[in-house]
Amino acid sequence: MKILVLIGNVPDTTTKIKFNSEKTALDASGVQWIINPWDELALTRAMELKENSAGAIEMVVVATVGRQETEATLRKALAIGADKAIRIDTEPKDGFYVASQLAPVAGGYDLIFAGIEASDYNGAAVGGMLAELLGIHSISSVSGLQLEGGQITINREIDGGSQTVKMTTPLMAIVQKGIAKEPRIPAMRGIMMARSKPLEVIPAIEVDVLTSFESFSLPPAKAACKKVPEDQAKTLIYMLRDEAKVL
Amino acid sequence: MSVLVYTENWDGKFKKISFELASYAVALAEQMKVPAVALSLGKVDETELKKLGNYGIESIMSDTNENYIGLDNQAIAKAVAIAAEKAGANVILIAHSNLGKAIAPRLSIKLKAGLVTAIHGLPLSLQPFTVLKNVFTNKAVGKVLVHAEKKVLTLAANSFGSQENIVTTIINHFDAGLSNTDFATKIEQTNKVTGKVLLSDADIVVSGGRGMKGPENWAPLEELAELLGAGTACSRPVSDEGWRPHSEHVGQTGKMIAPNLYFAFGISGAIQHLGGVSSSKVIVAVNKDPEAPIFEAADYGIVGDVFKVIPQFIEAVKEIKS
Amino acid sequence: MNFNFSEEQIMIQQAARDYAQRELIKDVLERDATSTFPAQHVKALSELGLMGMMVSPDYDGGGMDTVSYVLAMEELSKIDAGTSVIVSVNNSLVCFGLEKYGSEKQKEKYLKPLARGQKIGAFLLSEPEAGSDATSQRTTAEDKGDYYLVNGTKNWITNANSASTYILIAQTHPEKKHKGINVLIVDKDSPGISLGPHEDKMGMRSSDTHSVMFTDVKVPKENRIREDGFGFTFAMKVLEAGRIGIAAQALGIASGAFERATSYAKERKTFGTTIGNHQAIAFKLADMAVKIENARNLCLKAAWLKDQNQPFGVASAMAKQYAADIAMEVTTEAVQIHGGYGYVKEYHVERLMREAKLTQIYEGTSEIQKIIISRKLLK
Repeated sequence: MKILVLIGNVPDTTTKIKFNSEKTALDASGVQWIINPWDELALTRAMELKENSAGAIEMVVVATVGRQETEATLRKALAIGADKAIRIDTEPKDGFYVASQLAPVAGGYDLIFAGIEASDYNGAAVGGMLAELLGIHSISSVSGLQLEGGQITINREIDGGSQTVKMTTPLMAIVQKGIAKEPRIPAMRGIMMARSKPLEVIPAIEVDVLTSFESFSLPPAKAACKKVPEDQAKTLIYMLRDEAKVL
Repeated sequence: MSVLVYTENWDGKFKKISFELASYAVALAEQMKVPAVALSLGKVDETELKKLGNYGIESIMSDTNENYIGLDNQAIAKAVAIAAEKAGANVILIAHSNLGKAIAPRLSIKLKAGLVTAIHGLPLSLQPFTVLKNVFTNKAVGKVLVHAEKKVLTLAANSFGSQENIVTTIINHFDAGLSNTDFATKIEQTNKVTGKVLLSDADIVVSGGRGMKGPENWAPLEELAELLGAGTACSRPVSDEGWRPHSEHVGQTGKMIAPNLYFAFGISGAIQHLGGVSSSKVIVAVNKDPEAPIFEAADYGIVGDVFKVIPQFIEAVKEIKS
Repeated sequence: MNFNFSEEQIMIQQAARDYAQRELIKDVLERDATSTFPAQHVKALSELGLMGMMVSPDYDGGGMDTVSYVLAMEELSKIDAGTSVIVSVNNSLVCFGLEKYGSEKQKEKYLKPLARGQKIGAFLLSEPEAGSDATSQRTTAEDKGDYYLVNGTKNWITNANSASTYILIAQTHPEKKHKGINVLIVDKDSPGISLGPHEDKMGMRSSDTHSVMFTDVKVPKENRIREDGFGFTFAMKVLEAGRIGIAAQALGIASGAFERATSYAKERKTFGTTIGNHQAIAFKLADMAVKIENARNLCLKAAWLKDQNQPFGVASAMAKQYAADIAMEVTTEAVQIHGGYGYVKEYHVERLMREAKLTQIYEGTSEIQKIIISRKLLK
């Protein structure tokens, strides 16, 4: 059995977002790049599954669409335990473009993990699109996944509760928080072994984008917070009714 | 040409977001000068379907196949695609809900449509088709151009609001022609959140952070939430510690919400938390640390002890209600 | 000249940072308050391979360089020097000495479990009558043919209780002075070893520091490292390496306090603006930043020399003296910037200030480092 984990490269979640002077792209100077948090949880779960599979899962592969600077996050994925990394050498443009680049390398896996969205452009697109391109089933908002034989038991969040469902392979699991407790920190041994693991670079295929960002703006600054003393907390509720008109 | 809006239901009842979505569809259709058509999948009775008419929907396609209840991503995407072809839709509107996020990308591939998720507001222009969406987890707004002729859009909850507009509705039976083999998701167990307001539906959200000191202290917060008809939420450390379920975690890696009113009790307001709640219309913060960053994002605040403040809030809400 | 870190070095720095900021921070105040040994953290750090990170993979270590070690030590120490000292002693005193000077058999038996972090080591040099002065050892290791009989007391021993393996410096031939000193590997559970009470320290309160008493403790001859009389050279060489760990620790304490002070200066407002906008505070931060940068460069230089197999004794003395002294200065200023908040435990900087003090004292006081540096100058 083989697992593929899709990896996105995003600015650290504490980054203060700035754009270039034309406001057409992120100003990436000083940005620290990390594995998209949901993808990192997915990879952690994939490693747990492999370790508990008694050899049934032969390999965990990670794949990303990005230029050479994204290799640092792939190396980290290898240090965490992935057996092989694939980088498709192009800019990740829109969700359709990325999914189309991944489709040729994503065949033949029993289970594919994708994060529910990326913390940069919040597209929530690639996993579902890739599943459709591959013609395999997908399940989204996955917060737990167990493997027994070819059967996959999944916990997913639905609008109004949660569900336990059964699915079969091949499957695209689009995961959110809860899929693994905490992202795994690579151990020294893993970092050392990452040196000798394969990182395959594949040229991009030609695909037209369907969407593009024309420009960006920062949300307007908020007015100062109106403070009420602790012992007059009740007046705040009246302000919410009479002034803010939200009660 | 038309705007097709997929109005989700849960157990035969439309969700709040479906009415908001219907209002948006009607407004967008008017802007595009085409009709708006609603699509309902699953067993929804006529009385419920007609409620869409309160929000300006004049035409409904209803496929009452019971299998939709399994929320199979592939099957629902397929059904919506078939309906879209049938309705001649060039814009398909979906809620940015768990289900919406699951089906919209698949649908966009089927229709060769451009996908933009979690949009807010009507298009700035139709030619080129330009919409706004939040990016970098609400830290910025992006202007997105859709180059494809067809568009699949998911609408961020509480970003448009539902607008009453009572019209006469025609219900057309529709059969997407799905067979049992299209439904691959086998439901073993469903745990419904009952007696509680859904976070995604809530107009008011009452949220607690580490300043609540422990899970045993949530009772007053829950009492306030119940009085207000509010949903309950929490910050990341609280769900990480297991004080509250993960489903209540709001913030960058949890849920992103945009209620009219958000109460943050004992939440310091890390940038990741603010990302998930900053679209709220009004934020009230209570924290003992006057320097807590939550006050930068808040509209109203109290520097003080949450355990002294919440009972006063409860008392005031009771006064207002009586 | 190249100031860029390798991809691996950055990954190690991030791993240590992630662990520190995610896990160590959780209970650091409680451990400080109650002087509780961070057993769970030591276990987790072992699993991450940080307890023997520079040991060759042949002996189950992480195979990382000293530059990586400095980066990791800085990150751990930003949050909790009480834990990082355990890491430092195990890595740069115990594992380093065993790997460099131990026999194949000793490495197999003692180094491997230490490098894996299954066991912890302690380095026993200081005595009640002499701190880091290795020449005047009163603890004796009498040659009894096939074993040594050890008697005496060692003081201020980090990891004294939690360690399983002691590296002991003791005098065998008093007439030969420092040339009569030996270094022995001692199992902590050997009969005749007893511990003094847990020292109630000012800072680094979660590490377990005790005095260790030896009463007729038999140590097999095969546990002597190298030839008879090698102990003094061993101690000096090991301390040279150990200084890099403590220098990096002091650096981390300083940069941890600096990060807290900077973010506080950006948030806290007085007279209608953030305190960082007042020059009195802004210049303090600038001074702190320059000191930290200097300390970091000294630490990395010493580490780099060690990695290049070049002499690093003076460089590590400079790094240790400077980093420790500026750690004290920077943490004191960090408390000052925080004002009243700085004086309460919740804001961490008072703890960092208490921790900084020890870096000027242990593994050779700042004054000892100046002796080392100046002797080299005046040679």
